[in-house]
Amino acid sequence: MYAQMIKTAGTGVKSREEMSEQERAFQDKIDADIKIEPKDWMPDDYRATLIRQIGQHAHSEIVGQLPEGNWITRAPTLERKAILLAKVQDEAGHGLYLYCAAETLGVSRDEITEMLLDGRMKYSSIFNYPTLNWADIGAVGWLVDGAAIMNQVPLQRTSFGPYSRAMIRICKEESFHQRQGYDAIRKMAEGTPEQRKMAQDAMNRFWYPSLMMFGPSDKESVHSAQSMAWKIKINTNDELRQKFVDQTVPQAEYLGLTIPDPDLKWNEERGHYDFSEPDWSEFFDVIKGNGPCNVDRLAARNKAWDDGKWVRDGLLAHARKKRGAKVAAE
Amino acid sequence: MNNEWPLWEIFIRGQHGMSHRHVGSLHAPDAEMAIKNARDVYTRRNEGVSIWVVEANNISASSPSDKGPLYEPSESKVYRHPTFFDIPGEVGAM
Amino acid sequence: MTRDEAFLQFLLRMGDNTLILGHRVSEWCGHAPVLEEDIALANTALDLIGQTQMWLSLAGEIDGGKSADDLAFLRDAWDFRNVLLVEVPNGDFGRTLMRQFLFDAWHSIMLGRLMTSSDERVAAIAAKASKEVTYHLERSSDTVVGLGDGTEESHARMQEALDYLWPYVGEMFVSDDVDAEMVAAGIASNPSDLREEYDALVGRVLAEATLTTPESRFAHKGGRDGRMHTEHLGHLLTQMQWLQRAYPGATW
Repeated sequence: MYAQMIKTAGTGVKSREEMSEQERAFQDKIDADIKIEPKDWMPDDYRATLIRQIGQHAHSEIVGQLPEGNWITRAPTLERKAILLAKVQDEAGHGLYLYCAAETLGVSRDEITEMLLDGRMKYSSIFNYPTLNWADIGAVGWLVDGAAIMNQVPLQRTSFGPYSRAMIRICKEESFHQRQGYDAIRKMAEGTPEQRKMAQDAMNRFWYPSLMMFGPSDKESVHSAQSMAWKIKINTNDELRQKFVDQTVPQAEYLGLTIPDPDLKWNEERGHYDFSEPDWSEFFDVIKGNGPCNVDRLAARNKAWDDGKWVRDGLLAHARKKRGAKVAAE
Repeated sequence: MNNEWPLWEIFIRGQHGMSHRHVGSLHAPDAEMAIKNARDVYTRRNEGVSIWVVEANNISASSPSDKGPLYEPSESKVYRHPTFFDIPGEVGAM
Repeated sequence: MTRDEAFLQFLLRMGDNTLILGHRVSEWCGHAPVLEEDIALANTALDLIGQTQMWLSLAGEIDGGKSADDLAFLRDAWDFRNVLLVEVPNGDFGRTLMRQFLFDAWHSIMLGRLMTSSDERVAAIAAKASKEVTYHLERSSDTVVGLGDGTEESHARMQEALDYLWPYVGEMFVSDDVDAEMVAAGIASNPSDLREEYDALVGRVLAEATLTTPESRFAHKGGRDGRMHTEHLGHLLTQMQWLQRAYPGATW
């Protein structure tokens, strides 16, 4: 779940009587599962919220390249190196699709990039945690992508056409990510004692940050209700978190890894696992910029952008010269 | 001067003879680089054999207010859709 | 030197070039000037890693049944047979792309010749790699031209990159006993025979890029025969081989 704590613009869900005629027609379309396209009329709050949400999602993909990219040059086999590189490349592609979707709402790629770089926009808290051993690469694919997929699959049905199409493409490509992660950590869980230790260490560090990816409970939130009425949010954070836990526990058991939660147990009555909430004060610290890697992550993105300026300018200058020469020749 | 690379819309024709289909967008300094970028971004899984690029600025689109006259007439021609016709099961696939 | 010994050296030269360059290019992942370039560079690195698997698998067969991974992760610097050009650090994006272009130009010509190798396995690898490298060359040439003939700054940076890298070009065309043996067996061409075609190709692109080709023909050597690599290779291997070295015998 790469979009967290998105502040929904506006004052909450309006009743039909409070809506203008345009707003009513808009909501009718959404209720009838008709996609909203860029040139259609839409409420300003819908547009603003979507830019925030798609932008944060895109930024998360881009910053998300860094923790995994951290291991590309240390991957233990040629095949693992190729798989990891292809996977991190996919994240760049996903960021690109999402930036393009945001552009249809009237914010250019450079504008929205600058908002990430100067801290006006956020990215998912999970990418402010470090990758410290090779099993982390498995854990990121298995747990982090696993959590992200929980949210991305329903978002394929989101009301905004370009966002929905980007999500469809992303989900299609994403299917290999979680599998490669599970496969990588499985090799280690079944490997030498040192490898098992790495796998458990990764599990210990990534479990709660993965649960935090869904954001704090929002079942009471009026903002959330509005986003759900607009179908840019499909499930509550708690629903998705529960689904993730229910799915992940048997997978961890198969690997023989211990989930670092002594209170985790199956609740026959609910038909779900009971589990401990993550430490939300840690979450808010990370969101505020005090996670283990916030400063490094933003510095790396800023450096890439600043160092790349002469390249972007140079290639554009050449294209303009060429076009000028072509026009002159005609 | 704004030095942002222009936005291009990408159309790809796959291997199965279907027509070019819009797959997404990207940024590039010119058409040649847009084609190369499209190859790298949108055919990572061998999705296509032919690529068209059009600068997004050069695309004219129908506007929402046209929606009535442009789309409604065809909506009434339901017979254009194969599911309009009831085919008896005995005759097999059609 | 027996024919098999020479053949092994030849295969290591091909595979180590793609291994080390692929590694260098992969260092860019997540740090390129623009998303489209990030994705394109990753494709290049992925192609090179794939080619490495083919060359080093064949080398491993000749070398007593080793795997490509054994060769990549368990040899020390003096066993590597890549040219020095591919192991120098990336520098800025301009130097990385200039290095890519100078290598792609040689690589595409070399693979073109290897497609008619008397050894079917070599010919098959070359045929597959050649398709990929044709595209690498197109892309790196375009970028060198675009940046060379871009802004004043991009021009200056590309000229600087060319001046820095040019002394590493000559090594790709040095012929030795290994090459003589390969020529005699009809497996590969003599590297020195590729120079004319290379100079024509590179000269054409650099001229279009408004860059000045340095006149000196001085060449740093020592990578292809392993006699003397740069200091940079050891650092690269330290990173690349760390897990395999720290946990011998583990499977990943």
